[in-house]
Amino acid sequence: MDTRFTRGKSNILERPLTRPKTEVSVSAFALLFSEMVQYCQSRVYSVSELQQRLADMGQSVGASMLDVLVLREKNGKRETKVLNILLFVKVSVWKSMFGKEADKLEQANDDDKTYYIIEKEPLINAYISVPKENSTLNCAAFTAGIVEAILTHSGFPAKVTAHWHKGTTLMIKFDEAVIARDKALDGR
Amino acid sequence: MSRQSNRTTDSKKMNAELFTLTYGALVTQLCKDYENDEEVNKQLDKMGYNIGVRLIEDFLARSSVGRCQDFRETADVIAKVAFKMYLGITPSVTNWSPAGDEFSLIMESNPLVDFVELPDNHSSLVYSNLLCGVLRGALEMVQMAVDVKFSQDTLRGDNVTEIRMKFIKRIEENLPAGDE
Repeated sequence: MDTRFTRGKSNILERPLTRPKTEVSVSAFALLFSEMVQYCQSRVYSVSELQQRLADMGQSVGASMLDVLVLREKNGKRETKVLNILLFVKVSVWKSMFGKEADKLEQANDDDKTYYIIEKEPLINAYISVPKENSTLNCAAFTAGIVEAILTHSGFPAKVTAHWHKGTTLMIKFDEAVIARDKALDGR
Repeated sequence: MSRQSNRTTDSKKMNAELFTLTYGALVTQLCKDYENDEEVNKQLDKMGYNIGVRLIEDFLARSSVGRCQDFRETADVIAKVAFKMYLGITPSVTNWSPAGDEFSLIMESNPLVDFVELPDNHSSLVYSNLLCGVLRGALEMVQMAVDVKFSQDTLRGDNVTEIRMKFIKRIEENLPAGDE
């Protein structure tokens, strides 16, 4: 932990966190991401391991993103309700990362713990062609990691996985306790 | 190839923060995977090189830049067109060597390092070393061998970030296959 509080070599803590105006080109991101995928691929033996590695990297992105977004978009207030945090992900998180809202947010018919965020053409996958022998591979596992970190760090522990369904679907499975708490809050 | 039609010369833009954080996640992962900073620097350079080799095609297709006549023109194109196009910044070109084979790119801000603070135990990590690889790889594809390295870095307490580029030689074209 001590590394988080190093003496400032830079003025990073003095800088304002207001909305940044800087933009980079999508090609720059696509090329960087492709290198990341290849790097991960060179160190794993299976598709699921590869996805796990991408998700891990996404997690560290999500954790940083959350604080910045809560401060900018929510005046520092965190969400306490499941539906609100999901909408926060669908709207605020997506807009700031990908410039648009996620296409759809749905709840599973048969399970109150499970939700889906559906994206027809996710930016992450725009330049990736999935090889036939690894047809389950979905590099949106990276996005899933981001979402998982955002939910978990907001106090909604969940598992998020990426699937090929109506484009790319992120399946969010909340912990039992999260849903129980949400119902208790409703009951009051 | 059907995509050709809807592709514009203007490249699409995205939020720099996702890019910055993604790069950060990559560097973090490399620091976990490798034992020392030197290895991480090397790996970043290698990945940058791979990117540069592909990026140059994207660049030549999108920009209407022709062949550069000399190294000075190359420097200008890199700073004013390429950096602007991909990272949204325009570094200044300075410190020319008398022979005109060496110059510096000075960056006031570096989009790769927003939010970044180097912990003390990574003092020899060249955080943005990917950029060196990108420049080297891209220029190699237009037959220029160059040496690229960071000589100043705001992350290490310098006032500016400086990339030093040195022209080594022109790579001969049309080498027969298998010839050294």
